[in-house]
Amino acid sequence: MKGDNYMYIKFDAKSINESVARMTVAAFMMHMNPTLDEIQDVKTAVSEAVTNAIIHGYPETDLVNSKEGECSEKNEIEMICAQEDETLKITIIDKGVGIENVEEARKPFFTSKPDEERSGMGFAFMETFMDVLDVESRVGKGTKVTMIKYIERKDEQ
Amino acid sequence: MDNRILPYQVSGQVLHYIMPKEVDHHVAQSLCKELDMLVDAHQIRELILDFKETEFMDSSGIGVVIGRSKTLGFRSGKVNVMHLGKRIEAIFKASGLYKVVGLKEE
Ligand SMILES: Nc1ncnc2c1ncn2[C@@H]1O[C@H](COP(=O)(O)OP(=O)(O)OP(=O)(O)O)[C@@H](O)[C@H]1O
Ligand SMILES: [Mg+2]
Repeated sequence: MKGDNYMYIKFDAKSINESVARMTVAAFMMHMNPTLDEIQDVKTAVSEAVTNAIIHGYPETDLVNSKEGECSEKNEIEMICAQEDETLKITIIDKGVGIENVEEARKPFFTSKPDEERSGMGFAFMETFMDVLDVESRVGKGTKVTMIKYIERKDEQ
Repeated sequence: MDNRILPYQVSGQVLHYIMPKEVDHHVAQSLCKELDMLVDAHQIRELILDFKETEFMDSSGIGVVIGRSKTLGFRSGKVNVMHLGKRIEAIFKASGLYKVVGLKEE
């Protein structure tokens, strides 16, 4: 039950990988003995961050995605999962366009793409479902989203 | 891709649509296209989105619901939802979706 764990994966910024990222994180956290709610919380937050990287970080890929289901450029997303005791830390990084005003972007209902039926709830969900949310971004360089969830140990066997 | 056989039923101007197992950005595009196509083809006035099979939904799903309530609004129809699990209900509440859709009890 003791011992720290670490995982690093890198995948194409394609929408099919949204579910791949969710399932991978769920598998990684399994031995922390999480509740179903905790798994759902983390899956939702990861889905939000990865989707944002795909549609906002690499907007040109998203266009190509919807046209041919293929992406020609090498746009990649990195995901790091680290477990230390009861702490699960997930970092999602893209090397896309970046965010000009992070404070504004994090506000509930803020979206730069209202015309594409986006609701602006992504960051709000990451904030609600995780215990810590940190967003670092530089225009033209990319975005790094770090999230922490405390999974309380359940020892009552 | 969604390979269920006909996840919907049309009766008169009512379309009852069973939402997919996971509603994320990946399925949203084709889902919206199919819904809009059906609404158009059958002159639908009431769209019922049934979440009985849905196990996962993120903010992309909110976009799908808001978008459809707009399309239905244009034809003076409306969207109703049913069988929201505890999880999806929380997402509906947090995003204020109940302001644009009705809840259908059985
Ligand atoms: N990885 C990213 N790269 C560039 N911009 C981003 C990134 N993530 C978020 N943003 C910006 O922050 C805004 C808010 O993100 P958020 O996820 O809260 O809402 P949204 O993605 O627009 O809508 P929703 O998530 O509800 O579909 C986005 O509209 C976008 O402008
Ligand atoms: Mg988002």
